[in-house]
Amino acid sequence: MANFRTSRRNLLKGAGAGIVALGTPHIFTRNAWANQFCNDPGSGKIVFGFNVPQTGTYAEEGLEQLKGYELAIKHINGEGDGGLLKTMKPLALKGNGVLGRKVDYVTGDTQTNTDAARDGARRMIERDGAIMVTGCVTTGEAVAQQSLCQEMGVIYMSGLTHGNDTTGKDKRRYGFRHFFNGYQSGVAIAPILAAEYGKERRAYHLTADYNWGWTQEESIKNATEALGWETVAAVRTPLGLGDYSQYLTPVLNSGADLLILNHYGHDMVNSLPQAVQFGLRERQANGKNFEIVVPMFSELMAVGAGDAVKGIIGTQNWNWQLDDEGSKTFTKSYGEAYGAPPSQSAHTGYVQAILYADAVERAGTFYPPEVIKALEGFEFDGMGNGQTLYRDTDHQCFKEVLVVRGNESPSSRFDVLNVIGKTPREEVIYDPSIFGGELGPYEPNQC
Amino acid sequence: MNAFLSQLLNGLDKGGAYALIALGLTLVFGTLGVVNFAHGALFMLGCFCAVTFRYLITLETVTLDPEKLSPWGQPVEVRTPLVQNWFGDFGAVLVDYSVPISILLAIPAMLVIGIAMERGIVKHFYKRSHAEQILVTFGLAIVLQEIVKAFFGANPIPQPIPSDLRGAADIGAWFGMAPHLLTYPWWRLIYLLFSGLVIGGVFAFLQFTTFGMVVRAGMADRETVGLMGIDIDRRFTIVFGLAAVVAGVAGVMYTPLLAPNYHLGMDFLVLSFVVVVVGGMGSLPGAVAAGFLLGILQSFASMTEVKSLIPGIDQVIIYLVAVVILLVRPRGLMGRRGIMEN
Repeated sequence: MANFRTSRRNLLKGAGAGIVALGTPHIFTRNAWANQFCNDPGSGKIVFGFNVPQTGTYAEEGLEQLKGYELAIKHINGEGDGGLLKTMKPLALKGNGVLGRKVDYVTGDTQTNTDAARDGARRMIERDGAIMVTGCVTTGEAVAQQSLCQEMGVIYMSGLTHGNDTTGKDKRRYGFRHFFNGYQSGVAIAPILAAEYGKERRAYHLTADYNWGWTQEESIKNATEALGWETVAAVRTPLGLGDYSQYLTPVLNSGADLLILNHYGHDMVNSLPQAVQFGLRERQANGKNFEIVVPMFSELMAVGAGDAVKGIIGTQNWNWQLDDEGSKTFTKSYGEAYGAPPSQSAHTGYVQAILYADAVERAGTFYPPEVIKALEGFEFDGMGNGQTLYRDTDHQCFKEVLVVRGNESPSSRFDVLNVIGKTPREEVIYDPSIFGGELGPYEPNQC
Repeated sequence: MNAFLSQLLNGLDKGGAYALIALGLTLVFGTLGVVNFAHGALFMLGCFCAVTFRYLITLETVTLDPEKLSPWGQPVEVRTPLVQNWFGDFGAVLVDYSVPISILLAIPAMLVIGIAMERGIVKHFYKRSHAEQILVTFGLAIVLQEIVKAFFGANPIPQPIPSDLRGAADIGAWFGMAPHLLTYPWWRLIYLLFSGLVIGGVFAFLQFTTFGMVVRAGMADRETVGLMGIDIDRRFTIVFGLAAVVAGVAGVMYTPLLAPNYHLGMDFLVLSFVVVVVGGMGSLPGAVAAGFLLGILQSFASMTEVKSLIPGIDQVIIYLVAVVILLVRPRGLMGRRGIMEN
């Protein structure tokens, strides 16, 4: 039998060595992630993927968004005037890149097409090594890209997507939306509509026949019917239709006294002027002036619709004429860079890129689950929409929603929409379970 | 009843546009035997003649006012319209009526474009198969739309209706009905009238002029007309130019109804081909009749009552009619024997 004897000194040495040995994996845990997630930049380049429509129906909105992203990269890397890094609170970014390293980017063209958007995102991840993908102008593009990103373990920060599904039934753990949604538009616009047009209205909906249109129609119907309005009819119109006359003539004899156009982009640019040409706004019905409402507006659409937009009420995510410090700072930065005020598309793109970079900085790593946790429940201010929350249960941002009206007497070609109301964040919060969906797991896949 | 009349008016108006586009397409096919997939692009180019004209007459001098700063700290631009400065009230009228006046620009511009297209590209494909003609003209359409996009951007550029012609006509009141029971936009009524005049003009030109007689003879038997010493090719080139003019002016007058964008031609292309096929390949009266027929059917299919009976019928009616017509009358409504049958 072996005689096992040890001194107190040897025992202490052994215990110390054991503690160090057991602790070693934890000390190097962060480095251990290096080989566990898709496109870990390691010591290589940090690449963001900006995938926006540069051609197709929503090319102008996409190109605006791209300008926002490019400006964000400059500011993240410490170039330019710093933009919203000067106003965002709390802020972890230091203006020297992300985690002390400069950020690079690649761009893609979704062609305003869901399949092309998905293919572009895949290319950015597989070929260009993008650690984060961002950008879109339709809900279809957003849902397609965030589903792909969930599969590949790459975070997707959506651009301009207003359909409820993005953070509703199609929400994903790896997808985050800063832009507001149809439900929030309905809640925000309803009190203003009641104040402007009364509580006894008969509404006729013309709705673009795709995902966004359906959810928008449902949200606006729920909100207006809660006011006491009656929905006379809700008619679906083909997406991308040019001439809406055959859908507008039935409105004339429907008994409705208000038309709600659940149209966006080119659809709205065509349907609104045509509705005005049909004399709807000069018409009397049920003893009231006939009115038209466009629940979701953008500046580019307003310019496209020309004079027809004057006096029309809608909602917006953000407007360059807001007078908070963040909005003024961003408008100045963007205006100096591009010679025109930013659109809401540029704003949401810019903010999303900054928010992702800041989350990485706070997490201290690019490891997606940690970045996701840094974004979930993150509360921030100074980005132009007041105090904002990235809700952890559905990855939807909650902030005040703007109600706007087409400017009757614009002072410049940029001055197309006036902010007539701000619905506080508390009023546009909803129970995430109403839209269903599952976020999915944190664990990343290898791409 | 009012709903029926409104939809009928709408169908006629829509049909007028379809007939105008299909007329040019049929003219080219009937004379040259070319299936011109760039015809929609000619319509789009017509729209951009209106855009260009308006751009030119609304040119402004831009000066910077150093005392007023934009929100981003740059001096505000002060814009002064040139035409109004030079011509006063007349300048304002020119700007207001820019769309109808731009027809004067569109006619020579489209004639030149049409002739250049025929001489430069299309004539080299006369003896090629229809498949090759389709490929080359479709490619040409894409090139043209990309050029327009490069110059004018991807966003629609709205064109205003002249202020005197905005709003809706109370047609019901003309016939003793109560006010606002039957109304229809003035500009759409003008478009209907305009399409009738252009269609009538083209038919009159072909029917009552010597040039038209030669062209019709060439459509019936190109070889014999050539043997008689008539340079039929030169006349057919002019016909191609005429078809481009018809498509172009149709586009010009359509701009207040549909904000022009570079993709507009493609939107109308498929529809106009269906109209031509339903009317009968190469038949001018067939194209006009089919244009109005499909316009009216499409309009009625969009009525809420019809859609509630057959959901989605508004989106398929045109193609459904095309299938039925081709099954019952394979040559289309007024198609002639031997056209596209060999």
